[in-house]
Amino acid sequence: MAGITGKDQVLTNYAKQLETLDAPKGRSLTQDAVRRLRRNKAAVLSIFVVLFIILFAFVGPYFLPWTYDKIDWSGIRKPPNFEAGHYAGTDQNGRDMLARIMQGTQMSLIVAMVATLVSVIIGVIYGAVAGYFGGKVDAVMMRFVDIMYALPYILFVIILVVIFGRNPVLLFVGIGCLEWLTMARIVRGQTLSLKEREFVEAAKAGGAKPWTIIMRHIVPNLTGPVVIYATLTIPEIILTESFLSYLGLGVQEPQTSLGTLISFGAPVAETLPWMLIGPAVVLVSLLLCLTYIGDGLRDALDPKDR
Amino acid sequence: MKFTQTLTAVATAGAMALLMSTAASAVTLNMMNGSEPGSIDPHKASGDWENRIIGDYIEGLMAEDANAEAIPGQAESYTISDDGLVYTFKLRDGIQWSDGEPVTAEDFVFAFQRLFNPATASEYAYLQFPIVNGSEIADGSVTDFNELGVKALDDKTVEITLEGPTPFFLQALTHYTAYPVPKHLIDKVGDQWTNVDNIVSNGPYSIKEWVPGSYIKSVKSETYWDAAKVQIDEVNYFVQDDLSAALSRYRAGEYDILTDIPSDQAEWIKTNLPGQDYFAPFLGIYYYVINQEKPPFDNPDVRKALSMAINRDVIGPDVLGTGELPMYGWVPEGTANYEGVAVYQPEWIGLSYEERVAEAKTIMEGLGYTASTPLQVQLKYNTNDNHQRIAVAISSMWEQIGVKTELFNSETAVHYDALRVGDFQIGRAGWLLDYSDPSNTLDLLRTGIAQGGETNWGNNYGRYSNPEFDSLMEQATKEQDLAARAALLGQAEKLAMDEYAAIPIYNYIAQNVVAPSVTGFVNNAADIHRTRWLTKTE
Amino acid sequence: MFGYAARRVLSALPVALIAVTACFFILRLAPGGPFDGERALPPQTLANLRAYYNLDLPLIQQYFIYVWGLVRGDFGPSMVYNDFTVSQMLAIGLPFTLMLGFTAFVIGTVVGLLAGSLSALYQNKLPDYVLVLLVMIGLVVPNFLIGSILQLVFGVYLGWFPAGGWQNGSIAHLVLPVTVLVLPHAGRTARLMRGSMIEVLGTNYVRTARSKGLGTRLILARHAIKPALLPVVSYLGPGLSYLLTGSLVVEQIFALPGIGRYFISAALNRDYGLVLGTTILYMFIILAVNLLVDIIYAWLDPKVRYN
Repeated sequence: MAGITGKDQVLTNYAKQLETLDAPKGRSLTQDAVRRLRRNKAAVLSIFVVLFIILFAFVGPYFLPWTYDKIDWSGIRKPPNFEAGHYAGTDQNGRDMLARIMQGTQMSLIVAMVATLVSVIIGVIYGAVAGYFGGKVDAVMMRFVDIMYALPYILFVIILVVIFGRNPVLLFVGIGCLEWLTMARIVRGQTLSLKEREFVEAAKAGGAKPWTIIMRHIVPNLTGPVVIYATLTIPEIILTESFLSYLGLGVQEPQTSLGTLISFGAPVAETLPWMLIGPAVVLVSLLLCLTYIGDGLRDALDPKDR
Repeated sequence: MKFTQTLTAVATAGAMALLMSTAASAVTLNMMNGSEPGSIDPHKASGDWENRIIGDYIEGLMAEDANAEAIPGQAESYTISDDGLVYTFKLRDGIQWSDGEPVTAEDFVFAFQRLFNPATASEYAYLQFPIVNGSEIADGSVTDFNELGVKALDDKTVEITLEGPTPFFLQALTHYTAYPVPKHLIDKVGDQWTNVDNIVSNGPYSIKEWVPGSYIKSVKSETYWDAAKVQIDEVNYFVQDDLSAALSRYRAGEYDILTDIPSDQAEWIKTNLPGQDYFAPFLGIYYYVINQEKPPFDNPDVRKALSMAINRDVIGPDVLGTGELPMYGWVPEGTANYEGVAVYQPEWIGLSYEERVAEAKTIMEGLGYTASTPLQVQLKYNTNDNHQRIAVAISSMWEQIGVKTELFNSETAVHYDALRVGDFQIGRAGWLLDYSDPSNTLDLLRTGIAQGGETNWGNNYGRYSNPEFDSLMEQATKEQDLAARAALLGQAEKLAMDEYAAIPIYNYIAQNVVAPSVTGFVNNAADIHRTRWLTKTE
Repeated sequence: MFGYAARRVLSALPVALIAVTACFFILRLAPGGPFDGERALPPQTLANLRAYYNLDLPLIQQYFIYVWGLVRGDFGPSMVYNDFTVSQMLAIGLPFTLMLGFTAFVIGTVVGLLAGSLSALYQNKLPDYVLVLLVMIGLVVPNFLIGSILQLVFGVYLGWFPAGGWQNGSIAHLVLPVTVLVLPHAGRTARLMRGSMIEVLGTNYVRTARSKGLGTRLILARHAIKPALLPVVSYLGPGLSYLLTGSLVVEQIFALPGIGRYFISAALNRDYGLVLGTTILYMFIILAVNLLVDIIYAWLDPKVRYN
């Protein structure tokens, strides 16, 4: 669900600060930031864990004897059995759990990536336009964001998914549409301060169109906040997707995602614990680490000297 | 806010103490009833969860015993004319509604008229279409309700006339569509009669409370003619869709009866709650329907191959875990009025599974479908864990014979919409028998009826059409002799099944879990267990 | 002050109307209707049902009938629950959801504020690390998972609390559901409070106070809390929104008679009236709370000099 990690408010504060500050100075800030990040042990450890999980999800399947959709008729609902090659047991259809966990992680990561991309694109463009044009346009656009912020978006997403069927593309887009609001706010803040800079004035004097200025000069300077935002958004998206899966509206058979796996495993946790433990451990570690990394990045890229 | 919270806490504590003291003496049954009832008006209900509630507070001419067989209910006795067309019922003395008004024959006449009245828009009115002019009134071709074949000869005598001899009619009368409704109350308050403040009952229980989303509470009715034999004082029908949460609450002692279980837990329940599992087959078929208007599915050999490749023996025990029995025919075993007809089995029943797969594979190869050039098939089913598992299992079974399956699921409403308009290749469907008679399932395979330039296929989603089948069914409706009728129906079944009109998969199993403190719960083919036959010891 | 409030209300109304309209039309254009079930209805019955619910009228006309009904407080009939109108169902479920939501909201906010402040005061020391870890775990574990586990452990195994249901008012029945809702909310609030508090503690204002030897940390905490509260307060509006979303799941698992349960099953059954009704109610609750929060913020703000 949007805002689950409180990133919205955290980042909105950040956005307000950015408005009154000079724009980031370029490379030296990055080096500075990387140094600060390295000092944050939790963040560094988290980066390694996340990389490991990504490897696990995308490379792991090549090392397994079973694919995620192959049914083992002799092993339905069985606990981990190393001889049969089912290192994490089988599910109710007789499919290998480890393979499914890997596939689920892949799917969750992909959903998160695509949804984040969608929300970044919408958010950046929306925020940059509002910030650049300022005045009435800005006021109206931001007012819209303020109000949208408060509405129970998830209800609309549920309605949309229910209506238009289990289209995976719709799923990504729908979830992405939940998250663009905060990005828009941050980008707007950054744009407001950026547009007063000399290079923007120069571009204007040279006769460049507003659109070109926005895309060529302003957007590239937004990398810092965007990266932080993206890292903090991914956990929320994965949780939203798992919520939808619990309701039966998420990723469809034979594909699966971490959320779907957990929603199938939770009811049978007593009788078939291996169906829950694996996916839950992966999900929780992934989200924890991403949150630590996001926090670390925010601390590292903080414009205020401490 | 904190002060009101404390106040509420104190108030509720006090209320609870009071409740505890008064509740101690009443025997209460707590039943998990599944979904929220849409309506408890017998003319507007449609699900088994509503049936459980309605059948406890209203009684029809005929009632069900613990085995769900028809026994005299509000009627004390009945006679049937020689031609099987006229049923005359004599009502008991002293039967009344819970507000004191007597139950009269007029109530029954009124009820049937209301059932067929197009304005009521009752979904299940068709169950009583055997009654003369029933269907004509429902579709508006007859507007004078007095032409309906239900008459009150006097206050205590009801006479029903049928279109043709109907051996299952007495059973059909136990269905809630045949229940009486309180004419005096409906005349006064119309459709609001089911409001808890207004509602009356003529059955063993009366509705006391209804909290939507939570429960309905019924209490024993002292005005019921057989009240002396009713043991349980109060029954709560709880709403709960989340089955594993329901099981948790059962284990915590909050429910006495579960009417459905999460199927993964079936084994666990049998092992850890011995004697409390009441799993028994009941009259319902689970099948895949194939759209015969779309090639290559119009080729019976393709359908044969698909059917042969399904290993029905593993579906119940392994895939579902509840042990459903495989089904090859169209009439569930144990259906009444089918004596003398052997259970249908296809010609290849003797082959082992491997042999069947080999033969199916050969058929498909002969038609040009191999592993490298598979037949692409889309399988539709409505969203549900079990349907999904079965679909996954079957699609992997079909892979062996050169068929590649794409799975597609949607909500029940959308799914059946698609089936109805023929927007599918293979679809999952299920049918729970409304009454115990082979015609109930065989009717599903009849050719559609021409209506206004189009054909209305009704529930025959696959659009199977065989004039010989239709004529056999026609003949059966006119046949009075039960044995001859059964033979005709048996021929029809064999005809349709040999041509693979649809692919039956298994026989439904009722899955109830009943606490040891409850006795009188008997497994029966209709899965109907009226509370009046149950007792509970604390 | 009053003008500010009035302006906020007015600006929210058009958005609400747009959302309701969008909802209405999207639902109606969806495939599948409320009367498609396992059995094909005889055409006459279907026609009767559709006529009864005004489904034959042109869509625009249905829309206006609906909005006119809304203005008068009538949400129309439910197409699946024949014995109740939508207004009746909402009236029964709403107080429950509100009570559940607000109880969790209040408890969660208080716990979150405490945890966040403590964390900030002991920044980068052991209590901070422990609290942060706990908070994180409360945030990243899906609520349906927490709910199922709590139900199993406390409801079935230990038997301390009822595993579900709502027997007409009993605190015991609320404990587990409220806990599930409180955890993520307290987590979010704690995170915010910690960040905000750390910032305030690092400002010149507070440094000056400290250098003046201004008493113990507690005194500082009291001075620091009000300014630190501001960002948290402005988050409360969306916070309630996420809480109510979480209540959808909680009501399902614990079988509670709130409006969240209606929403899901209504959406799946295409019960247009009920879906619209619950969505509108949720929107109004959130808009109302947001309004309140905005007003509180505006009231708090003048007191803060240095920001």
